[in-house]
Amino acid sequence: MSSWLDYTINGLIVGNVYALVAVGLALIFGVSRLINFAQGSIYLVGAYIGWVAVVQLHTPLPLTIIVVAAAAAIVGLIIERFGLRPLQNSVRIAPLLATIGISFVLDQLVMLTFSPNPRALPSQLPDVRFQVGGGTIGPLDLLIAGVGLTSALLLFVFLRYSKLGWAVRAASQDRDAAMQMGVDVNRVNQAVFGIAAALGGVSGMLVGMYYNQIDTAMSLQATLKGVVAEVVGGAGNVPGAVIGSLLLGLVESYGVAVFGTSYRNLFAFLLLVVVLVLRPNGLFASARQAPPEPLTGTFIAPSRPVRIPWWALAVAAAGFAVLPLFPVSFYVLQTLINAWLLGMLALSLTLVAGTMGQVSLGHAALLAIGAYTSALLSLTLNVPVGLAVIGGGLMSAALGTLLISPSFRLRGHYVSIATLAIGEIVSLVILNWESVTRGPIGISGIPPLSVFGYDLISPTSIYWFSFAVMVVLALLQGRLLTSHLGRSFRAIRDDDIAARAYGLSLNRYKSLAFIFGGFAAGISGGIAAHLYSYINHETFNTQQSILALTVVILGGLGNVVGAMLGAVALVGLPEVFRIAAEYRILIYGIVLLLLVRFRPQGLLGTM
Amino acid sequence: MLSLRGLTRRFGGLTAVDAIDLDLAKGELVSIIGPNGAGKTTLFNLVTGLDRPDAGTVRFEGQDITGLSPERLAGEGIARTFQLGRVFGNLSVMDNVLIGAHTRLRAVKPVVPVIGPLLELGLALLRPASVRDEEERLREEIKAILARFGERLLPRIDQPAYSLSYANRRRVEIARALALKPRLLLLDEPTAGMNPTETAEMQALVAELKAEGLTILLIEHKLEMVMRLSDRVIVMDEGRKIAEGSGEQVRSDPKVIEAYLGHGLSGTSEQESAA
Repeated sequence: MSSWLDYTINGLIVGNVYALVAVGLALIFGVSRLINFAQGSIYLVGAYIGWVAVVQLHTPLPLTIIVVAAAAAIVGLIIERFGLRPLQNSVRIAPLLATIGISFVLDQLVMLTFSPNPRALPSQLPDVRFQVGGGTIGPLDLLIAGVGLTSALLLFVFLRYSKLGWAVRAASQDRDAAMQMGVDVNRVNQAVFGIAAALGGVSGMLVGMYYNQIDTAMSLQATLKGVVAEVVGGAGNVPGAVIGSLLLGLVESYGVAVFGTSYRNLFAFLLLVVVLVLRPNGLFASARQAPPEPLTGTFIAPSRPVRIPWWALAVAAAGFAVLPLFPVSFYVLQTLINAWLLGMLALSLTLVAGTMGQVSLGHAALLAIGAYTSALLSLTLNVPVGLAVIGGGLMSAALGTLLISPSFRLRGHYVSIATLAIGEIVSLVILNWESVTRGPIGISGIPPLSVFGYDLISPTSIYWFSFAVMVVLALLQGRLLTSHLGRSFRAIRDDDIAARAYGLSLNRYKSLAFIFGGFAAGISGGIAAHLYSYINHETFNTQQSILALTVVILGGLGNVVGAMLGAVALVGLPEVFRIAAEYRILIYGIVLLLLVRFRPQGLLGTM
Repeated sequence: MLSLRGLTRRFGGLTAVDAIDLDLAKGELVSIIGPNGAGKTTLFNLVTGLDRPDAGTVRFEGQDITGLSPERLAGEGIARTFQLGRVFGNLSVMDNVLIGAHTRLRAVKPVVPVIGPLLELGLALLRPASVRDEEERLREEIKAILARFGERLLPRIDQPAYSLSYANRRRVEIARALALKPRLLLLDEPTAGMNPTETAEMQALVAELKAEGLTILLIEHKLEMVMRLSDRVIVMDEGRKIAEGSGEQVRSDPKVIEAYLGHGLSGTSEQESAA
């Protein structure tokens, strides 16, 4: 009995922390209809600034809170001014990609400054527990609850009684009308980003103190949890975000109580998927609202793709095919093999995100499904490796499509959240389903690639094999794009309402896109598994999803040749310039930001 | 052919479409007019399945089609254009209009349960002769449809729709609707934003379609066009049908005049009489 009270208190405290993140997300969504994927990074920055203040500067607690809030607010203002304001009049996908890029840049900067190792963030409060009923509560719990309530109250007073708060509310109800009435939307955005960042930063610091540990993996988790809470409460609904956060905190806490700690996140993401499917407008929205009239054809940047003559492509392909006949180093071949594997993933993502308009942030999950399937088929059932890889592709196509199907009803930014969550669910299932996936130990001793009984051991043969597979997949995809399916996919992307009015079933065509894309990604994952000979639940992570997305944007959304070119460029150039591994992700983030800002159509143009 | 009974749609406290009855016979052209916000486009959305009514029924050729999905209704032969012009911006003119013919694809969409979509994927990749022939036939047919717009669209057949003028996008929408070979065509303000010459061209085209026997439901603000083309005119205001009849009858109906000149006028007269 007493432990249930403890779990309830814990759930409410954690919920309070999520609320600080979610309220910021809700404010931003309300004003600019944008899900700020960088919110977790601000939370991370807040935690590390708190660490600097407490451990290095020995500031007293009230000052620590003020320093963290102020510093985080400045970061928020910088993001708004330089990251998002220049994109105000661009296509809807642009700010979404920008916040993803910003989040990667911030996380990497923190990691490079403080090293990825966890640090202890001591709480500056006495370590005593008070008996409350049957449970206990500590001063830090009270502080978190106090900060949560105080900020909610301050926010309420600000929105209700200050002039700027009125402007924020006006802008979130009808941005255009507010502008016409003389509301300075830029100032509103600044205010909202500043407040959201301050809340997020303080939240990160409090969580660090609560668990007495901070590390750079906190960022993605915080974004995910904040987004879950916000969506549960109804996007843009500030009180809803608070209630959604408390609910999420309780669900997680009780889930942990019953099933154990490793299931904590699984509950959060399942809650998200259930809410998205059943009540995409959140728990507190009225069931049927006036259907919004979405803008048409503005999701991706209009552009004319660069037409590359077929003979130039043939020459390039032949060049890469004969490359191993020349005295090139093992290192070059290895790099290019990585590029071909990434190229297959990018082909998959460019179809789904570019041609179909479903910006998937969980694409690495398709790699993982393909890799695990192929590895287990060959290890436990002794299926020949060549067939096992194809089995991996088919399993990715089938299971991936099935898992992603709940997101087919969603649009734009929601698809990204849902796919991100689904990706996390896959990774958590792999971690917890020990009887099949061997859990955290991973799978080792995966047999090497072989085709028709011939083992592919030498780098040259692996190079040829992976290159040939990628080219075949690319040719198939090119053929798909020139068929009626290509134009159907693109029509749904440009305007799903008009597409439905002309008989295109969204479920059918989104499924077909994910089936085809899932196959390519699964093949890539399967080949990777046999190359690495060891995989675990972290082999295919969100970083790869983001890298693939950067490749796709670089090449041009939906552009088949662009996907392969982007893969070679992003894998190859850092090698050419010998950029150290820890700086690469930072560079990918910066490349993504620069592309979104200056060349949204990518190198070869969107298709 | 089309018959609406008591069709109602509420948004919160607002009743956008209020118990509308409407009958449309085969080959008839009926226009719906009314001030902005009268509920005309919402009515179109209810008929084409993009929105579901709170009450009432829609029957099409004797069949109850209330609340069916838009993709089903497209398959039944109901095509529409949109008030704000919803072309597929990144698709060429040809591809935009080909989407209109999507429900007519047969060779590439075998009617097999469960594995139908997979066969469709396979056929799209393999493209046997039957699929190629079908595509070729449709392309020829679409060139013929585009030719109905004179030299407006044909020279731009491979250009992406986002590069077209506003008027040309409206034309592409109508071409796309015609490619469906509709049994019922709903046109939502086809001449919005067009200059007098372009309006006259559009009017001639709609007259031609009517002469070919197409059944048309038209929303239009340009009353001259409405008067010339319509067999009957229905006037909506605040979700309700306030008048129905020939162009002449409707034009002289005091309720219509009041709706168009504004409720402010009647309001002031009431105030005056009260004073």
